[in-house]
Amino acid sequence: MLEVRNVTKRFGNLVAVNDVSMSVKPGELRAIIGPNGAGKTTFFNMISGYFPPTKGSIVFDGKDVTQLPAHQRVGLGMGRTFQITEIFPELTVRENLLTAAEVAAGQTLQMVPSRAAAKLANDVAAEMMALVGLTAKAERLVGELAHGDQRTTEIGMALAQLPRLLLLDEPTAGMGDQETYEITALIRRLHRESKYTIVLIEHDMRVVFHLADHITVLDQGKLLIEGTPKEIAASEAVQAAYLGGAG
Amino acid sequence: MSTDVTIAAVAAARRPAVPRWVTLVVIWALLIAAPYWLPLLGGYTALAGRVLVFGLAAMGLNLLLGFTGVLSFGHAAYFGLGAYGAGLTLRYLVHSTPLAMLAGTLLGGLAGTLFGLLIVRRRGVYFAMCTIAFGQLWYYLAYSWNDFTGGFDGLRDFHREPIGFGPLTLDISEGGTRFYFFLLAIFAVAVTLLGLLVRSPFGHTLRAIRENERRARFLAIPVERQIWLSFSISCFFTALAGTLYALLNNFADPLALHYSLSGYFVVMCVMGGMRTFWGPLLGATVFVMLQDYISSMTVNWMSFVGTIFVLVVLFFPRGLLGLRRQRGET
Ligand SMILES: Nc1ncnc2c1ncn2[C@@H]1O[C@H](COP(=O)(O)OP(=O)(O)OP(=O)(O)O)[C@@H](O)[C@H]1O
Ligand SMILES: [Mg+2]
Repeated sequence: MLEVRNVTKRFGNLVAVNDVSMSVKPGELRAIIGPNGAGKTTFFNMISGYFPPTKGSIVFDGKDVTQLPAHQRVGLGMGRTFQITEIFPELTVRENLLTAAEVAAGQTLQMVPSRAAAKLANDVAAEMMALVGLTAKAERLVGELAHGDQRTTEIGMALAQLPRLLLLDEPTAGMGDQETYEITALIRRLHRESKYTIVLIEHDMRVVFHLADHITVLDQGKLLIEGTPKEIAASEAVQAAYLGGAG
Repeated sequence: MSTDVTIAAVAAARRPAVPRWVTLVVIWALLIAAPYWLPLLGGYTALAGRVLVFGLAAMGLNLLLGFTGVLSFGHAAYFGLGAYGAGLTLRYLVHSTPLAMLAGTLLGGLAGTLFGLLIVRRRGVYFAMCTIAFGQLWYYLAYSWNDFTGGFDGLRDFHREPIGFGPLTLDISEGGTRFYFFLLAIFAVAVTLLGLLVRSPFGHTLRAIRENERRARFLAIPVERQIWLSFSISCFFTALAGTLYALLNNFADPLALHYSLSGYFVVMCVMGGMRTFWGPLLGATVFVMLQDYISSMTVNWMSFVGTIFVLVVLFFPRGLLGLRRQRGET
């Protein structure tokens, strides 16, 4: 479903991502881990089209998307969330998801409200609110919600665009234990029951080992190792990188 | 901290104390009855006409300012082009009010559409600066091209013509109530269109851009194109208001193009509440009334309006209408 081939990203002299490849199969849940500054978000930005790679290529569903801008990749079925929550704070949860659904339904030039079009988008928004468990808070402004609910809203927005590949950048960042538990359960449901293909960046190892089918470890821009959670847990290289990073 | 306070205020505003239809009935009743109650307060019908004209201009600007989050300090250009377009048409081309309105609206709207193409990639202050600069261009053109536009003295020698509907004729050449209702009808149509626009999926994308441009981009909203359309549409509405201004006064002057007027439009939006649909109309009402009362007492009326503006911004940061609803909640 997603083939990243030897991508490199340079910012001036800094090589943020150095010759990294990754192959994600349909239905897989892939976790990307690595110490701070390892290049995980940069890697995501290239996959989702925030900027093109300096070298290498990205193939999504058999189509080379290396040079496509972000919005066209969304059209092809990529949805993403951000490390720092990116939402529409002064709109309600429902409006956040509705706008996402309307855009995905190709209504950005629809300048008068229409019943049929509105129903289509409303139904998607309602379905996704139910899926992520925010129906009870539909009419609340996202800006007044707890951090965990804001992050969940952001996932809901991505889902409202009916993606086939979901890219989540540290979905549990800044969350307490209870919130982390809930969002982990949500991602697990999205993966197991709703059959989304998911790539997620995550720092919390409990979450990673609980969810992932495969793990990619980045360190200082390079691919350190790739494997199943078991293989990763046993790897000395990973332990060294993390201990090195922490110390 | 402060964002929490803002969010609480918005949350309150979004749950209005009175249902929307009540607001609508009150607004339209007040507008329809204006020729009857305004004189009782010492006003006159032409003043109500000015409120409609500036209200429409400000509401048009607010599509861009309040609903897209993009600041233009040059909307007087499109207002003025509308006014001159209508005036010049009446004076040199045809004696037809509808054609004059059409010509003025197209002139201002298309100028905005083309100019918008050049500046949609600019943001914030740079965008605002470009809009001012472009606006002043037209001001100097109208100011210097004496023979054609009447220069500093303004464009005179035209007047609104009766409008024929087959066998019927609507004679609006007298000021009075009939002309006010003509203005109100145009205003009603325009504002209804604006209302539909902000509730449409297109309108939702504008709101999304205002709230978070980066997120909007990653939802696949073509941000530049939407801002351009918002700018363009907003210019058309403001230009339409400009044509009505020329009809109202039977006169178009370079000051209708001047950046200070652009500033007043922004003041009207901010004072009335730019996150609300009707806020700019309220702002225009306050502005026009103040201008009328105070300018009869002192030439320095703008410093009074300025002071009141500062007070409003200090005490009701979300504008007068924003306040009304905030109170309703607590
Ligand atoms: N747009 C950019 N311009 C310049 N340098 C950048 C840019 N984005 C990231 N970097 C640099 O690239 C390196 C990798 O950053 P990146 O954000 O990808 O790391 P990360 O693995 O996501 O880290 P974290 O765990 O802290 O989120 C860092 O040194 C960062 O400063
Ligand atoms: Mg990161």
